[in-house]
Order: sequence, then structure tokens, then C-alpha cells
Amino acid sequence: MNFRFRDKRVTGVLTVLPRNERLFLEEMKNFNFPEERSLKLKEVMGYDKRRVVTDGVCVSDLAVFGIQKLFEKGLLKPEEIDALLVVSQSPDHFIPPTSSIIQGRLKLKQDMLCADFSQACAGFVLGLLQAFMYLEQESIKKVVLVNGEVLSRKTSPRDRNIYPLVGDAVAITVIERDPEPTDIHASFRMDGSRHAALIIPAGGMRLPCSAETAQMQDAGDNNFRAKDHLYMDGAAIFNFVQTEVPPLIENLLATANRTKESVDYFLCHQPNRFMLQKLADKMKIPHEKMPNNVVGKYGNSSGATIPVALVLNLAEKAMAGTLQLCLAGFGAGLAWGAMLLPIRKLAFCEMVEYP
Amino acid sequence: MKSVLEILKEIRPEFDFSASNDFMADGMLDSFDMVTLVAALDKNYGISIPGTEIVPENFQNVASIEALLRKSGVAA
Repeated sequence: MNFRFRDKRVTGVLTVLPRNERLFLEEMKNFNFPEERSLKLKEVMGYDKRRVVTDGVCVSDLAVFGIQKLFEKGLLKPEEIDALLVVSQSPDHFIPPTSSIIQGRLKLKQDMLCADFSQACAGFVLGLLQAFMYLEQESIKKVVLVNGEVLSRKTSPRDRNIYPLVGDAVAITVIERDPEPTDIHASFRMDGSRHAALIIPAGGMRLPCSAETAQMQDAGDNNFRAKDHLYMDGAAIFNFVQTEVPPLIENLLATANRTKESVDYFLCHQPNRFMLQKLADKMKIPHEKMPNNVVGKYGNSSGATIPVALVLNLAEKAMAGTLQLCLAGFGAGLAWGAMLLPIRKLAFCEMVEYP
Repeated sequence: MKSVLEILKEIRPEFDFSASNDFMADGMLDSFDMVTLVAALDKNYGISIPGTEIVPENFQNVASIEALLRKSGVAA
């Protein structure tokens, strides 16, 4: 499905990273593989460091911390927020929505909308689409989008397929109407028939958590995990990304009558370095135009990785001038989306550490 | 330049790859080894094997890996 917006603009991005850092070299001792093989994987995938929350820390904690920083710095006023959207697959609770918890803790006005969206690695593109649609309403002038995950709490330390790549983070993006309209094009695709490729089997109503679902099991590939843990069919996801994402971006460029060369940077979701290098090679995009350094520095924080990549790699440029970006998110669902997003002199583009 | 067998030996030195016709079925390579192997082949031959070609069928044995290399631009 294709989308087009004209008078919307991202005006600032703040990322919140847990201060707690883990090192692959220390964690690989938990894996049921010879160290030499894990080291080869580290080199190819780009695994190194990752940021994860300490026990009990939730998405709302990181989000409230970050939004309060914006209030303190005068970069955002509480009364300006007309809509607060949260995109996460690790909510504080089933009920109520995490957006309501954040609104309450920040003492925001009652005359506003809060909404949660359950979406993972494609969540930044989906969140921006939602924000733009909310801004179609006259009464909504400023939207705060929170993309956040604390999925490290749902990973098995003995599962080398997923444990070394997952990181936690929250990204706070402010979106407003733009007095200088520029075209924003986007495209989104879904294939729920492949939903089992990336899943936490237990914990929902289909299979509630129990002593049985918490039992670690031999997955048959030298990894051990419980049904309470996040599972990823790495080969299926890799193939999905390599097959589906290039035509998505190419069709989007064609729809917008744009060329690859007109894009300054391709900011993709950050699963691992190898996957992004292969994606860039397939699309004949120079590696330096598609950053791939987030997983090795902070870990893969699902829907937050695109703004984390923006802040890590392009903060100065994003605040100083205009950048033509192509965003691409892809993952659980399966869902994949891309957006041609011009950004112009962001009011803020920075990272803070929690706590 | 190293041969395919030499590269395989570097990745899983405990196996004799010349004695197998199906590395996956014989438990000599898993999906992560496949990724490590692709990175090593890319570097050794100065190519980039397309991501869509990283499927078990292309890494079944030495002949299938050599066929993949030819497909990826390595001269026979």
C-alpha cells in the first residue's frame, strides 16, 4: 500500500539508551558453541557491545526519562502534545496501554489522544505513518512518537541466534505540520502467513506463561530457549529481507519519481552488519550511504533502530541542513515498510543515557 | 587465493569436507556457518554473493558452492 503526505515534518529526535552495557566477548561463554566459531560470527555480523535495561525497567521508564529531558531543555512543552503514540512489542502491561502510563506519569493534558501500536522492526515507519495521519486532524498540531523495546528481557542467554543481537532503547520523535510543504512518500507491506518466523510463543492469550513455558528446551541446533523467549528463524528472516526489501524501495523510488542517487542516506532497521551489507550490495548502494553500525554499538532495539542510527551517524548533518532520507523497516509480522523522508534542520537530534 | 575446500576447513577444521556430498544433512555446516562461509568467499574472490543466494541448496557440497561462485562472477 502506498502513501503520500505533503505538509508534515519531523522536527526532533531523541534516543534513550540504557547505560548498562554488555560485551559479546563475555556473553559468548554462555553459548553452546566453541569460542572460535562465536568469534567468527562476531566478525561477520558486527556483534560487539549492546545496551540492555537492568531488571524491572520498562519502556515507559525510558520514555518518561527522555521526554522529561526535552521538557527540562525547553525543546518540548507538555501542553503542546496533542497525541502520544507508542509503538512497542514489549509493553509495560497488557492493560492499560503504555501510552496512557506515560501520559499519566508526565501529567499531560486530558484533551489529547494516546494510542499504542503493536509493531516491531517496521515500527518506526508505521509510527510515522500514524503520526502523519493524526496530523490530518485540525485539532492535532504536534505528535510525540515513542518507539521502544526492552526485549532483552525476553531472550534466552543460551540462544546464540538472538541473544547477542538484541538491545533495548527508546526513540522519541516529534512530528508537526510543515509550513513549507515537501512530499513524503511511503509504502508498506504485510504477510501474516509468515508470522511464526519471529515470535514469542508464550505470554499472550494463546499460550499464557506458566512453569512449563518457562522451561528451557534444547532447540536442536545447540541453542536452548523457553517458550517465554523470543524466537527467530534467522535463515527465513534473512531471506525475507533480501527478497522483499529491495523491490519495496525500488518501487517507492519509482512511485516518487526519484533515483537512488537523489537519496543522501538509506537508514534501515539494524538487525546485523552482514544483512545490511548484502542489502546494500544487492541494491548497488555504497555501504557508506547505508549505515550498519548500530548492532555492534548498542544492539538491535527493533523499531527504535532507525532513529538510533540517525542520531548515531547523522546528528550534526540533520541539525545543520537538509537531508533526503530513505527509511526502511522490516521484521515481525512479517511487515516491511519504506519511506522517502526529507528532514530539515532538526531542533534536536541527540542521545541520552538512562538513568 | 584459497580453494573452497581450504576455506571450508578454516571454518570447521574438525570435518573432512571432501568426504561428504551433503554438508547440511551430515551436520557439517549450519546456517551461521553458511554466513561465515559467504563472508570468507566474498573476501577471497573479491565478490559479493547475493543475499538471495544464501540458501542451503547452494552450500550442499563443493560442487554446488563452486557453481554458486561461477554464478556470482568467479571465472571457472
